[in-house]
Amino acid sequence: MKPAPAGSFCSPLWRDRALAAAAVSELRRLAPAAAARAGGQINLMEVCGTHTMAVAASGMRGLFPKELRMLSGPGCPVCVTSQGDIDTVLALALVPGVIITTFGDMLKVKGSGSLDLNSARERGADVRVVYSPLDAVALAAAEPSRQVIFIGVGFETTAPVIGAAVRQARKAGLKNFSSTAFFKLVPPALEMLLSDPENKIHGFMLPGHVSAIIGTAPYRFIAEKYRVACVVTGFEPLDILAGINILLKQVISGAPRVEDEYFRVVSAEGNLAAQKIMKEVFSLSTPSWRAIGPVKNTGLKFSKDYASFDAVKRFKLKYSEAPEPKGCSCGKILLGKALPPDCPLFGKACTPANAVGPCMVSSEGACAAWYKYGA
Amino acid sequence: MCLAVPGRILSVRGNNAEVDFSGVKRAVSLDLVPAARQNDYVLVHAGFAIQLLAPEEARETLKLFTEIFSRTGGVPPGRKGGGKP
Repeated sequence: MKPAPAGSFCSPLWRDRALAAAAVSELRRLAPAAAARAGGQINLMEVCGTHTMAVAASGMRGLFPKELRMLSGPGCPVCVTSQGDIDTVLALALVPGVIITTFGDMLKVKGSGSLDLNSARERGADVRVVYSPLDAVALAAAEPSRQVIFIGVGFETTAPVIGAAVRQARKAGLKNFSSTAFFKLVPPALEMLLSDPENKIHGFMLPGHVSAIIGTAPYRFIAEKYRVACVVTGFEPLDILAGINILLKQVISGAPRVEDEYFRVVSAEGNLAAQKIMKEVFSLSTPSWRAIGPVKNTGLKFSKDYASFDAVKRFKLKYSEAPEPKGCSCGKILLGKALPPDCPLFGKACTPANAVGPCMVSSEGACAAWYKYGA
Repeated sequence: MCLAVPGRILSVRGNNAEVDFSGVKRAVSLDLVPAARQNDYVLVHAGFAIQLLAPEEARETLKLFTEIFSRTGGVPPGRKGGGKP
């Protein structure tokens, strides 16, 4: 018999009601003991925007006991991109004659003015949403008289993909393709949170697809240096419930370690070919994080060898820090210090149709998830 | 943004593959997973395969969930991560 197209990866068992109910009752049984060890309240953080959406869409948050709080971390790429970088993207869009190619998520993020990529179209900008950076490379090959710029933002999942596309552009000898490299790295982002003396995070649900690239080894400092629970987790409802149960058990035992719930995808060493390409095309940078500012060695920029593909350099733009929207709590939310409903703008001045901050703009931002699915 | 979808490789030509996502077929680059072959399952993000998938591990995870969550009082074990000490 021919195997089903996605085989056991798309089995309905991943969202089985009876198994989920059993997992929730186990979670309710474990939560009080874990909370007692954590001082009355247990705070777990899902680091990845795709997890934020999966948690919200499943409706499981309403089933959690009151001692358990799930926070959203700094893992939505659009949300952590600084206002200054957004302004740079908009400046690129307004360079006469260029074609901007981007993932759809960036389209409605507002710059310091009221402009976003979508409304820049009204001012003549040619902005196109693509599925893959390879679509942008193909466009550059098809339109040799136009400069094609890809808006590269993201974490370790996306950086090697864009790196590989840039390598293909170089191999094809394309002189009219460039990209931004506003990439950020997950392990240093977590270290940023953990080194804050005010942090009250007891466990991290680590991002499944970033980990598919980097493996599980880079997270050891979380358990060893900071004694905080952590587990690499998949994205199906049962994966997430299993991940939470594993975190609660680690907290109760007082013996944190890096566990891998998503072992059907993630290994200790990760994807070595992708890591090699990332290292070839990019080098460590000091990116500016929303609400935090610049932090050394927490991101990636083009390496010297690939500097000619850097859109910011090619169009001679200068980065300048810019203030975040007034009243917006995105920064606190990204650091796990507030939940979306704590923001005075949430659901009032700030909604998906008229978003103030990026956590509401991005489809996987914490505020957009809370607004769409409720708590 | 880190959304990735599993699919099965139908055919390989050079560094490119045709991948079947439960009936939808798309061209996918194998630049990041050069070892992938026909009939392998891959995880695809933004037009690139980013990891080979292990069907037996997926079945194993489901079996663990079924066994442990069907009884009360159990948490499925995660594998030890973090690499060699």
